[in-house]
Amino acid sequence: MRKMIEGSRAVAEAVALCRPDVISAYPITPQTHIVEDLSQMVADGQLDAEYIRVESEHSAASACLGAVAAGSRAYSATTSQGMMLMIEVLYNIAGMRLPLVITGVNRALSAPLSIWNDQQDTMGIRDTGWLQLYAENSQDALDMHIQAYKIAEDDRVLLPVMVCMDGFVLTHTYESVDMPEQEQVDAFLPRYNPLYRLDPEDPYTLGAFVGPEAYHEVRYVLQQDCLGAKEVVKEVARDFQKAFGRWSGDVIDTYHCDDAETIVVALGTLVGTLKDWVDARRAEGQKVGVVKLRCFRPFPGEELVEAVSGAKQVVVLEKAVSVGAQGIVASELRSALYGKATVPVACSFVGLGGRDITFDTIDEACKRAGDGETEFFAGLRTEVLEEA
Amino acid sequence: MATKPFTYDISRGFLPGHRACAGCGQAAAVRMVMEIAAPNCVVTNATGCLEVFSTPYPESAWGVPWLHSLFENSASIASGVEAALRKQGRLENTRVLAFGGDGGTVDIGFGALSGMLERGHDILYVCYDNEAYMNTGVQRSGATPYAASTTTSPAGRASFGEDHPKKNLPAICAAHGIPYVATASMAFFADLKRKVRKALGIRGPKYIHVHVPCPPGWGYPEKDTVEIGKLAVETGLFPLVEWEDGEVTRVRKIKRLPVEEYLKPQRRFRHLFRTEEGKAKLAEIQAIADSNIEKYGLAG
Ligand SMILES: Cc1ncc(C[n+]2csc(CCOP(=O)(O)OP(=O)(O)O)c2C)c(N)n1
Ligand SMILES: [Mg+2]
Repeated sequence: MRKMIEGSRAVAEAVALCRPDVISAYPITPQTHIVEDLSQMVADGQLDAEYIRVESEHSAASACLGAVAAGSRAYSATTSQGMMLMIEVLYNIAGMRLPLVITGVNRALSAPLSIWNDQQDTMGIRDTGWLQLYAENSQDALDMHIQAYKIAEDDRVLLPVMVCMDGFVLTHTYESVDMPEQEQVDAFLPRYNPLYRLDPEDPYTLGAFVGPEAYHEVRYVLQQDCLGAKEVVKEVARDFQKAFGRWSGDVIDTYHCDDAETIVVALGTLVGTLKDWVDARRAEGQKVGVVKLRCFRPFPGEELVEAVSGAKQVVVLEKAVSVGAQGIVASELRSALYGKATVPVACSFVGLGGRDITFDTIDEACKRAGDGETEFFAGLRTEVLEEA
Repeated sequence: MATKPFTYDISRGFLPGHRACAGCGQAAAVRMVMEIAAPNCVVTNATGCLEVFSTPYPESAWGVPWLHSLFENSASIASGVEAALRKQGRLENTRVLAFGGDGGTVDIGFGALSGMLERGHDILYVCYDNEAYMNTGVQRSGATPYAASTTTSPAGRASFGEDHPKKNLPAICAAHGIPYVATASMAFFADLKRKVRKALGIRGPKYIHVHVPCPPGWGYPEKDTVEIGKLAVETGLFPLVEWEDGEVTRVRKIKRLPVEEYLKPQRRFRHLFRTEEGKAKLAEIQAIADSNIEKYGLAG
């Protein structure tokens, strides 16, 4: 059914359609509307779930960990500082192979304090073993949650999935979305049927400590399964298209890349802006295209190489900085390209702490990349720098 | 000669063959708790000695489902387990127990525990208090008693050891107004088991704080664990108290032995017996015991 609703509402309704048994979350702007909506659904008896009102994000993630270990489907959402507080548990959940789904609303990190959007928070947990999908618009965010449970709970994966969505830009914006029917979602996403769960009839020890004689192998298997999850992400995207008639890419998606001389790579809502920019610049005769990095973990290196190899230059627009090193996506893309193609990859940091990313910003990034710059901040305001 | 093969009944919950030190008070306490709680239960465990000595992969001493995640979240993962079991209709015949050491409970897991108690989960939290971070080498915790020497509150020329009294976590738990809180000691077997049985008969959040002497951490011979545990209680330094709905309802009367009898056999207090200043500290410790005796009415 088509509805004009807030992005947070779209996600809350999608989560409810996935029938989580246990929800546990701690409020933080701009994740709040999602968990408020879910609380109301539980309060109204519309959603039959246990909602645990924890005292911190560390406990939110931990309660979800316990719930999944006990064999239930669980959900949480957080952002920014809350995600940082969860980190220890996020590693733990992935290491224990528990298929939890969390919405990672994207917001800047303190200091300085900022509630506005960039992607430093979810990029900062990229090594945890969680899969990460980045939503372009509300429909994408909605659909990704349904796909996320399917991917996470697949026996070949059994890893947690984070659906990343830009704070405010998506969470607080009204868009028209197509909300699936409960029967459709039930048919696509059967009840969670865990391989093992905490059960006195069949007792398992979960979370034993492991010495050097086996830890190495446990991490090897984690790495293999996370890399292998790429095929499941693709498969689920195809199955979703069959069931719901919608496609927004699998691990990546491309827009006018076939003959493009400049290809811009981005994640999240920026992709939408970029598509408009491509239309505008193509109308002026510029051969530009966009690659949407829909799945960042596992990193779709081969798919990206194939998509960008024919271009003259690649410009990665990054909303996160690996401080003291480089742009995160750019350096991973360069390493994927190594020995396979020679297309130069520039990295432009954009939109940190909620700074608007306009066509001018994108033009500046492409121009400077064309002039040979490889790592730079686009759109710096000199008056602020002088003050500082 | 025929030998009888060693067999055990996994329904006992906590099985022999684990790697606890000789004389470990915690291992003995867990065995007694599990004798009452097993087999229809799920146990969550904080990082610490118990977790390490009972589950070196691929071995496990647990005959019941057991979940370890991190140091500070035993109460939170138990909250999730409890909610899931309720949603699945399995909570009726399954008890949830959350275990933690004093560090995992009194210090780093304090917020998580308070949240669990306040939310009313049907969980029995058991804190095994050996009065320091033993797993990492006897560093002080909020439960370390006054004047004890630990590796991070060492006695020295300018220090008499831990400079703050033990945090009274059981009283703080009782202040949450939960149905049942008790302190117990591994040295009083029947008392400990009675309290566990009582707690498990009550729905809602319960907290039991068990004193568990530690031979290597406290510095006394392994064979003396029970004796040391008894002395802590009989001197008034570890009062055995029960609270129901926030009110003290029962205490164990004591012999009121002088604190030196408890302190003297332990390496962690030996500096107190060597100097005049140390002797002054002994008087302060006796005052702590006296105040406990007065406060809880322990005198027989
Ligand atoms: C976040 C975090 N900080 C520190 C540690 C290191 N650590 C592991 S166990 C432990 C002490 C455990 O002490 P306690 O809870 O009293 O249990 P015990 O070992 O004494 O039974 C510490 C400090 C950790 N695992 N995680
Ligand atoms: Mg301890």
